[in-house]
Amino acid sequence: MRYIAIYPYGDQPLHMKFRAKPGHILSLFLGIIVLILACDRKGAGSYASAPLPDSVSYNFDIRPILSDKCLACHGPDANKRKAGLRMDIAESAYSALKEDPDAHAIVAGKPELSAAYLRISSKDTSLLMPPPASNLTLNQREIELIKKWIAQGAKYERHWAFTPPKKTSLPAVSDKKWPRNEIDYFILAKQEQKGLAPNEEADKERLLKRVALDLTGLPPSLNMMDAFLADKSPDAYEKVVDELMASPAYGEKMALQWLDLARYADSHGFQDDGYRTQWPWRDWVIHAFNGNMHYNQFVTWQLAGDLLPNASMEQLLATGFNRNHKITEEGGVIPEEYRVAYVMDRNDLFGKGILGVTLECARCHDHKYDPFSQKEYYQMYAFFNSVKEVGIESVIGGPETYAKKPLMEISNDDVKKSLPFINKQDSGKLIVSVMGDLDTIRRTHILKRGVYDAPGEEVQPGTPHSIMPFPDAYPKNRLGLAQWLFDTQNPLSARVYVNDLWQEFFGRGIVKTAGDFGMQGELPSHPALLDWLAVDFKEHDWDIKRLVKKMVTSATYRQSAIVTKEKLAVDPDNILLARGPRYRIHAEWVRDLVLASSGLLNPTIGGPSVKPYQPAGLWEGATSGRGLLSIYTQDHGAALYRRGIYTLIKRTVPPASMAIFDASNRDLCEVRRLRTNTPLQALVMLNDPTVLEASRVLAAKLLSEPSDTKDKIIKAFRSIVCRKPLEKEVSILTGYFNDQMKSIDPATAHKILSVGEYPIPKGMDESQLAAMMRVVTTIYNMEESITKS
Amino acid sequence: MDKEIVEHGFSWNRRRFLSAMGIGIGGMALGSLLMPDLFDGNGLEAGSAPGIPHFAPKAKRVIYLFQNGAPSQQELFDYKPKLREMTGKEIPPSVRGTQRLTGMTAGQSSFPLVGSFVDFKQYGNSRAWISDLLPYTAKIADDLCIIKTMYTEAINHDPALTFIQTGSQQGNRPSMGSWLSYGLGNENKNLPAFTVLLSRGIGNGQGVYSKLWSNGFLDSVHQGVQFSKGEDPVLYLRDQDGMSRKDRREMLDHVSELNELSYTEFGDPEIATRIKQYEMAYRMQSAIPEVMDISKEPDDIVKLYGPDCLVPGTFAANCLLARKLSENGVRFVQLYHQGWDQHGNLPFEIAKQAKDVDQASAALVTDLKQRGLLDETLVIWGGEFGRTSYTQGTLTKENYGRDHHPRCFSIWMAGGGIKPGMVYGETDELGYNIAQDPVHVHDFQATVLNQLGLDHEKLTFKHLGRRYRLTDVSGKVVKGIIA
Repeated sequence: MRYIAIYPYGDQPLHMKFRAKPGHILSLFLGIIVLILACDRKGAGSYASAPLPDSVSYNFDIRPILSDKCLACHGPDANKRKAGLRMDIAESAYSALKEDPDAHAIVAGKPELSAAYLRISSKDTSLLMPPPASNLTLNQREIELIKKWIAQGAKYERHWAFTPPKKTSLPAVSDKKWPRNEIDYFILAKQEQKGLAPNEEADKERLLKRVALDLTGLPPSLNMMDAFLADKSPDAYEKVVDELMASPAYGEKMALQWLDLARYADSHGFQDDGYRTQWPWRDWVIHAFNGNMHYNQFVTWQLAGDLLPNASMEQLLATGFNRNHKITEEGGVIPEEYRVAYVMDRNDLFGKGILGVTLECARCHDHKYDPFSQKEYYQMYAFFNSVKEVGIESVIGGPETYAKKPLMEISNDDVKKSLPFINKQDSGKLIVSVMGDLDTIRRTHILKRGVYDAPGEEVQPGTPHSIMPFPDAYPKNRLGLAQWLFDTQNPLSARVYVNDLWQEFFGRGIVKTAGDFGMQGELPSHPALLDWLAVDFKEHDWDIKRLVKKMVTSATYRQSAIVTKEKLAVDPDNILLARGPRYRIHAEWVRDLVLASSGLLNPTIGGPSVKPYQPAGLWEGATSGRGLLSIYTQDHGAALYRRGIYTLIKRTVPPASMAIFDASNRDLCEVRRLRTNTPLQALVMLNDPTVLEASRVLAAKLLSEPSDTKDKIIKAFRSIVCRKPLEKEVSILTGYFNDQMKSIDPATAHKILSVGEYPIPKGMDESQLAAMMRVVTTIYNMEESITKS
Repeated sequence: MDKEIVEHGFSWNRRRFLSAMGIGIGGMALGSLLMPDLFDGNGLEAGSAPGIPHFAPKAKRVIYLFQNGAPSQQELFDYKPKLREMTGKEIPPSVRGTQRLTGMTAGQSSFPLVGSFVDFKQYGNSRAWISDLLPYTAKIADDLCIIKTMYTEAINHDPALTFIQTGSQQGNRPSMGSWLSYGLGNENKNLPAFTVLLSRGIGNGQGVYSKLWSNGFLDSVHQGVQFSKGEDPVLYLRDQDGMSRKDRREMLDHVSELNELSYTEFGDPEIATRIKQYEMAYRMQSAIPEVMDISKEPDDIVKLYGPDCLVPGTFAANCLLARKLSENGVRFVQLYHQGWDQHGNLPFEIAKQAKDVDQASAALVTDLKQRGLLDETLVIWGGEFGRTSYTQGTLTKENYGRDHHPRCFSIWMAGGGIKPGMVYGETDELGYNIAQDPVHVHDFQATVLNQLGLDHEKLTFKHLGRRYRLTDVSGKVVKGIIA
């Protein structure tokens, strides 16, 4: 039980801790109940007084304390190490202290002789560790844990994430009927230990909406709902999963997470923030997911497509991945300063996005928590340091500046012959920034304090020893790095991507800190499951669709999302998954849901990004006045109704309604979006012309059908909420419609309807249309509408 | 009347419903960007490690009049007669040292010094030298603390702006206002804790970026909310034409009713939060236009700020608005005024820029003072770096320019427990290097936090394993300027 690390307030902002979401307020109150119900839960409220485990584990109990409270001064960073003592390595902790050769930080089995224990429990503030000036303190339970761990022999273990995953046998469970696949055994076993039982399966409508949003980012159509409700066969759900995964929208859905990770955008990102044409790379990502390109190939092409033998145009295009970073066009910068920043950006993306470690912390000094030296940072950096690029190639200008060298030019002929998935809509010149190395390798030096003009010792390409040393057999370039990444002994790559996908479907990673599997990251809630899935993923040749299907067909995923007071008390964050995932959907899917349910959605895939409705003056108010993106020239016609993933992202002023719903600003690699719940979101749903226009269009469609009011409202409700309404819901909405019919006069109706560019069918009763439009807007504003539940 | 509608609409039954679910206790503002004072000191926070504020605050609120583009200190606050004398002479290598140059002057073969085209006089008890370009500012010299020795690490706009606002040149960190919102919350539950106002002069402009008021890794409730001129001061705030307050109330009542059904079914606390956020949105729709309305300001106030204050979107209007927002409890009001990047044509452009901001900046300080608010409000005026003592481009009798200069620049602070009527720090006689009392950007940030009762080393947020702070890994409070 102690392997479940639950820190519900761990990374909440100070204010959110005590005055934020009711969920958290609730959990504060309930913390007391939790104490009674589940005394070993590591919640902030109960942690300090929970009883100690019988057997203290270094990895799960001790290392988090050492890492957070001790290693900044007694850890891997040689320059900041105090008293020559390292507490993260047994040999150092066991050996005689430099300052007092008769004493030892740790004497295994004897806390009363261990200086470390004596210092952390000292009443003398001049001796106390951590020293008061550090602003760090250990609570009584932490001190007791360390004491008990020393008493039990002070055994060190390798960090779990740096040991290759192993497939263990499935845990035994009492309820043998519930599991549908392997995932469920791991999940159920933990629940049973806690005295919890899973929820029932979600009703078919809820389940279909959930899985459609998760696999395509779109709500199910009415036809799909009807067919699924009518299909009574035992494999009805599996069939619909297959259908959704075969839809081209699957690639768009899967791409979004990757675009965040790869910080894809449509502008260069600094100062004037000029336009760039990197979108063909985005089209490739969608294409790759739709074709179920396996993860190892998917990443290898992006890291090193240009280095593959006889690289194809497609392989070269894939390397745009490493050129999506911001590139300056600010006249007057020092080129080398920026070139170095680009290399670091790639290196940090590789660390956080692909390896799940905070490599960037070793830029200026040895990592303070994880065993990565500054030298190792620059050894990794060396892989990305030979690109044929300059810090500033051009200042803001015309189409020749829309990509920076090295770049590839894509002609219409290329599209026809080798890149058919690129949605090139004109015959103009199209350039994309891609990778390409110099003929002679650029030498790499450690940069002292991370500063571009302070080179130190020269280093060769290499990887952190603690993760996995770089085998001699691999070439010392990006291709070799890809081989290293997909070497069966690499402990991180499979775990990290499995976790990313898990987070996408279940709302929270098995490792909550998806970008940090290191010492400071959170411990996995289900380590054996993560490892089982990671090994299984590798054994099946990194097949993404197979893995996705396993997740969404599990009984765990298919549970109802209803949360009882009891479950909320025991597990407010649903770490044990005794209920289905229930989350507000991502910004892009909010937009897509509105467009799709109203019938406005333009399903075109790919192509240059578009400029839908946006509040006036946003770009103009913040611009230097230079470049294509200084003025927002909104698109018209079909381009207004493209999916959210195609909205143009100008980095310095990202799309407003999306930002309000926590979309990434694509500044740097992002692997976990925040999920907030704010009044500004309410205002978007109430007043964004996109929502209002969709309401009007759907209302007009319904009114043109020969059905009675109640049926129209039921149809609107089903299209948006994706289930049949309750009688009560119908009566609230019908009552509202009737009231509005009485109160809206023709002049007001005309004003209400004059939103959006989509034409109003001729001959409609405007008052009636306005009343129905308000009903539809009301449905869009239901919490459930933009939630997978 | 609005109040009645709120009370009527958000009926007793609904409140009872929420409270029965155990979520009504926090009132309407839980989880919103509008932090209630409700829980202050009632013990719920006890046991939470960082005690905030860390010590008694001097200031409650900040108004930051950011002069975007880097105003030239030589023409405004840093009086250098010697520089004038040496106009046309090459800058001595011993002065220039190893300072790296921007790409704009790196190719220049000579670096002739240039003195200010405008005269300076001394004002107030501190005998502070202030240029003739700032007559109104000169009049409030006794309220100001002029710091002549600010310095930074960046030499280009984007990184320098990002550095002074977020403590890091590379971005993706929370802005100063976000840190304060995070640390202190808000005083007014109907307004965001951190608001941003933009304006532009006629001088050479540099963009501003929403990343400058980003919440970084903090929760997005701490993001700066941009208030703009025009009908929709906050994005999506204004209801569409034809939607009266009563209509809006009715729709929201139905939305709430539907959401409550959902809450009854699912029991998910997020649903309750959503219900409350809709109520908050409704209240913001009244509160924000009210605070934005300057039509009711009396004549003497209009006269104080100057006629431009009635023209929405001007710096003067934004200063007046800043006072109103601050007065209403907004924790951090951030203004940006573009147009200070005088690489060339400096004498002409800087005169216009100074005229744009002089009267209103001084008026804001005076206005706060007469309302008794200056003691608890910290006002800051300044840019992202300074400008070179040598000319950029050709030096003629009437005209010259100045390039970016990170080694020293001037800002001023007023109120909020900062010593009034003083000049801090001294630069060398050519205004190129700091001679005494340097103030690094992180020192400045540490000092601002200090005035608000926050220890910059303790106001941290753990993100991806590291405890981040506004001042990164350095910064000392500038004790010499604290009253």
